[in-house]
Amino acid sequence: MSVIFKDHELGLRVKSKWWASRTAIYLTLLIWAVVCLFPIFWTITTSFKMAPDVMKGNLIPWWDFTPRWKGWESIGLSPRLIGEVSTVREEFFKRFWNSAVVSISASLLAVILGSLAAYGLSRFSYKFGFMKNSDISFFFLSQMILPPVVLALPFLVLYKSLGLLDSRIGLILLYTLMVLPIVIWIMRDQFQGIPIELEEAALVDGLGIWGAFMQIVMPIALPGMVAAFILSLVLCWNEYFFAALLTSTNATTLPVMVASQTGSQGINWWSMAALSSAAILPLVIVAIALEKYIIKGMAAGAVK
Amino acid sequence: MNTDGDLLHTVTADNISDSRKRLGKLIVWSTALCCMMLALLQTMYQAGRIGIGFETWRPILYAYMLWATALCAAQVIVNGEKGKRTLFVLPAALFVVSLVVFPLLFALYISFTDWNLASPNGPQPNGWDNLVQMWNDSFYWNALTNMVYYVLAVCVEYVIAFGLALLLNAQIRARKFFRVVFLLPLMLSPVAVSWMIGKSMLEVRFGPISRIIRDLGGEPTFFGDPEIARFMIMAMDAWTFIPFMMIMLLAGLQALPSEILEASKVDGASGWQSFKEIIFPLMLPVSVTAIVIRIIFKLKLADIIINVTSGGPGGATDSVTSFIFREYRDRSNVGYGTLLAMVYLVLIVIFVTLFLKLVSRWMERPA
Repeated sequence: MSVIFKDHELGLRVKSKWWASRTAIYLTLLIWAVVCLFPIFWTITTSFKMAPDVMKGNLIPWWDFTPRWKGWESIGLSPRLIGEVSTVREEFFKRFWNSAVVSISASLLAVILGSLAAYGLSRFSYKFGFMKNSDISFFFLSQMILPPVVLALPFLVLYKSLGLLDSRIGLILLYTLMVLPIVIWIMRDQFQGIPIELEEAALVDGLGIWGAFMQIVMPIALPGMVAAFILSLVLCWNEYFFAALLTSTNATTLPVMVASQTGSQGINWWSMAALSSAAILPLVIVAIALEKYIIKGMAAGAVK
Repeated sequence: MNTDGDLLHTVTADNISDSRKRLGKLIVWSTALCCMMLALLQTMYQAGRIGIGFETWRPILYAYMLWATALCAAQVIVNGEKGKRTLFVLPAALFVVSLVVFPLLFALYISFTDWNLASPNGPQPNGWDNLVQMWNDSFYWNALTNMVYYVLAVCVEYVIAFGLALLLNAQIRARKFFRVVFLLPLMLSPVAVSWMIGKSMLEVRFGPISRIIRDLGGEPTFFGDPEIARFMIMAMDAWTFIPFMMIMLLAGLQALPSEILEASKVDGASGWQSFKEIIFPLMLPVSVTAIVIRIIFKLKLADIIINVTSGGPGGATDSVTSFIFREYRDRSNVGYGTLLAMVYLVLIVIFVTLFLKLVSRWMERPA
């Protein structure tokens, strides 16, 4: 290829081509960024709108319309109402607390059970009856295919007879089951990346296999465990199907609360918008703060 | 991976005395017996044979958990060092088996009964009636057909996700910003999405998208027309799940060996050529993994449908899961609903197995 001079015709052509491709790339990126962000922007701004603003389709705060706390007042979370007693706010926080407890405990349980199983499967060979290691792995991973609807009705009946209906424990057990295959998938990949020589050295130095796991392997695999935990947390926090079927008053989670409000149509959009924003905000924050781990979790297993 | 023999070898002299072995077996059997006795007692009580019993089956659950703990402990007591190894997998295995296998067997039983939660009789076996009813239920077949469309939409999602992954992998500024922004939709719960997009942005009178369409001279109908409604559901689901595929593909792109790409550049390959001849073939294993997982998630699609259209108009947007959900919610038809779910499970297993067979030759990673 000939040398490209800045003022040469060929050089200018290359340069303009380069600029064209740059513009196309950034334009596409920006368009998709708008596609991703606009619904979130719309929801959050709508929660500060009054009815006329919604009907006129005003979009930009302080320019099109004056933000008001009306929507947030309807769930008792505005600056004016924050000091006062509010039943709606209590209701909201109860649901929020349920969601938090259920998703955190389920993820924790899944990470503990899943990491142990994944470690065992990546280090030792088992034989449970006719099942060897690969069969056991397949058994765990195949749970991913199981659609929730198959388990929902039997669990409904089962929980009814166990007195676990509408309880957080019941949801925790189910959610753990739901995310366990994903955790095992991620963690197996993590453990396969850790050299066995490390544990061998630990064993020589007098640790047992559990000691080696706890003191040597765990600290190394911790980022992977955090990734699996965050991913499970997101899945559990957003779960709707089981929560809608198995809870009614006490253990209802946030998605169920949001869903039960959508039925009542009408134009009190501001309260729905406030509720939706409050429901999505924790995870938006998690996404921004812990993006690295989420991506790590999802990338595991895709690439070896 | 080499699966015969442990990767991590341990050499221990286990001298387990006979009495220790006996003790281990004793605690397993005694707790199992205790659990079974309680279960028997409760069954008799529920059947009205005897007067004493528990209000719920909760104590049997506790007994079962006691047995599970005893089983784990006995592994170490009886087998020593080998038992400690088993202890890694056993808790998870017990957990999954008791939460999946029992309910599935139970589901198999209820799916052949006429159980309706509203009826006072309880479950009565009714042979093949449910299957016959399913065969004649056009709404179920309609829902299955819809699932085919929904699964086919994964192809379009894949193309978009691949494009975005390529863009994110290019030499761009503010890559982290775009990555976070593109990831955000995945974080939002489908229920919130169905309100944010389905019920407010696509609202016919005041929604911003309807407004744009009206400004362009069109007449917005999103959930009135069957085809458009189905497309809208697909679009909303795609919006939430494209980031998922995108991240997996991006990870794949970043793991590509850069030498090969540089070599192709030196050889004078154009952008399209290097994509077609190098990037795409090398990405096949990752692509197939991403598509398989996405299809598995897609087969569970329900939340958005339940909340936005609840299957309408005329069942055009129904997925199998949302259909069964309504079968239960509106009609309390547990027996029939469970049969539909079991049939769906069988279909899924067949489909996924065949699909995996079909794509397995592309899943092998080029060494």
